[in-house]
Amino acid sequence: MTMLFQEALHQLKLFARRPVAMFFVIAMPLMLLLVLTQLFGNERIEGLGLNTAQFYTPALAVFGVVMACYTYLAVSTATARDLGILKRIRGTPMPPWVYICARILAVSVIAFTSLVLVIGTGALVFGVEIIWDRVPAAIIVAIAGALCFAALGMMITALFRSSETVQAATSATIMPLAFISDIFVRPNSETSEWIPVIGNMFPLRHFSVAFQHAFDHAYEGSGFALPDSEGIVFSILPHLGVMALWGIGAAFIAARFFNWDTRAS
Amino acid sequence: MPVISVSELIKSYPGRKAVNGISFEVLKGETFALLGPNGAGKTTTIEILEGYRLADSGTVRVLGLDPQADRMELKQRTGLVLQTTALEPELTVGETISAFARLYVKPEPAGKILEAVNLAHLTGNRVGNLSGGQKRRLEIALGIIGGPELLFLDEPTTGLDPEARRKIWTLIRRLNEEGCTILLSSHYMDEVKALADRMAIMVDGSIAAEGRPEELQTLHATHATIRFDTFGRPLPGMPAALAGKVRVEHGVAVIDTPDPVPVLHELTSWAIQHKVDLASLSVSRQSLEDIYLKLAGRRAAAPVKEAAE
Repeated sequence: MTMLFQEALHQLKLFARRPVAMFFVIAMPLMLLLVLTQLFGNERIEGLGLNTAQFYTPALAVFGVVMACYTYLAVSTATARDLGILKRIRGTPMPPWVYICARILAVSVIAFTSLVLVIGTGALVFGVEIIWDRVPAAIIVAIAGALCFAALGMMITALFRSSETVQAATSATIMPLAFISDIFVRPNSETSEWIPVIGNMFPLRHFSVAFQHAFDHAYEGSGFALPDSEGIVFSILPHLGVMALWGIGAAFIAARFFNWDTRAS
Repeated sequence: MPVISVSELIKSYPGRKAVNGISFEVLKGETFALLGPNGAGKTTTIEILEGYRLADSGTVRVLGLDPQADRMELKQRTGLVLQTTALEPELTVGETISAFARLYVKPEPAGKILEAVNLAHLTGNRVGNLSGGQKRRLEIALGIIGGPELLFLDEPTTGLDPEARRKIWTLIRRLNEEGCTILLSSHYMDEVKALADRMAIMVDGSIAAEGRPEELQTLHATHATIRFDTFGRPLPGMPAALAGKVRVEHGVAVIDTPDPVPVLHELTSWAIQHKVDLASLSVSRQSLEDIYLKLAGRRAAAPVKEAAE
């Protein structure tokens, strides 16, 4: 246990010394929040009971979590593998599972930091209201999302051999998904009906929608009720189910195909 | 009990045999070297002993244990330096060594180890700014931080400049004197001669020769070389039988012969008769380097895949 926390701290130290990673995970979601809110004006969104910042604050908090747990985890692990560091770690007495768990723990801490910064900025700068009785549900959604995307990140690392291809695969998946998962683009009356249908097949939209509903007064309840037929009850359960399916599937694939050294033979 | 014993070890990769039934033992306290060209199977052998790779067949024991089944215990008791450098460039030297020290049950004091590899003055420097030789010394420090009984060194000085190599040699000798058994791989004969008590010359997955350096020389040196300076003059009145054996290279007469005594007799008789100055006369046995190149070259005609080693 001590070894796990020490290694997680070690991974956090490495992250803190990588300015590019810090930018993408910590600075970019904040910048997007400021820029998009300025761009669209912090007004009430047509057809939604929300203003621009109320929509973008939870959406970009989710994006920060995904950048940490998916993109950064996958790329930094693949880079360490390219450098032979994963192979070297296998030659020490640290159990492999401790090393992997420590990396996941570290990116979860980074994700949580990014999320708190985005929501704090939304609340302090744009007056986004935090609905306190939904905070437990929001935290559960954030943890589920972090674990789901960490599993997906490890799956990408397992399926691609070099850090370049892993970098390409994470960007090629997350960017298009972010556009159809209510993260970069606010849904409006002109959005085609099939966009959310496709979005719902993937875990990102479930993560972002479940998290956003925790900040939206159009919904009722604290999030733990079963969904109703009219769709006005805030229920995280179906979203957790989809994220769990993707996460467990990805974890299996990652465990099956992960390689500590892809350079030789 | 030997520290390492390998018997009839075989390992194939798709399309080729990397290790072809080798056997050897490494005794407690000795430095044993695997010498051979790229693709000879040295790294494959070492990585099977380290537990990184599975043998196809044969028996392998390290400290009496199985590298696969007892991997966790062996990792506490052995240290390793891999063929390619693997360090986090963002960390300092001190942070790197502490990060490894905490993984071992009884680590050596970090300060003492950095002192031993002559990096103590660079404790606060970023690893990314170290020279190649300094990085390699840091990796040796990581290999010995756990106080290992056995240290694997896979080509510790490849690609380094002569001075950096000397420093690493001194370090390896000192480690060995302090009681650490060392398995070294190298493709430099000078390195092996400087460090190893015994060596095995590996060519194409097999051991072509094995023993102490002197043994190998006695056993495999088939020729002696006689040399003397001609001072740029022709060799007057040399008997045809002798003259036929002489070749002149850069003003030096060279005679390669399996049987130097009668040749020397002929040569000195001729020199007395013709008043030739043989002040520069020398007789030398075939060098280990020559023997190595001969053994390695014997099969060099077959293409060698470099990357997979």
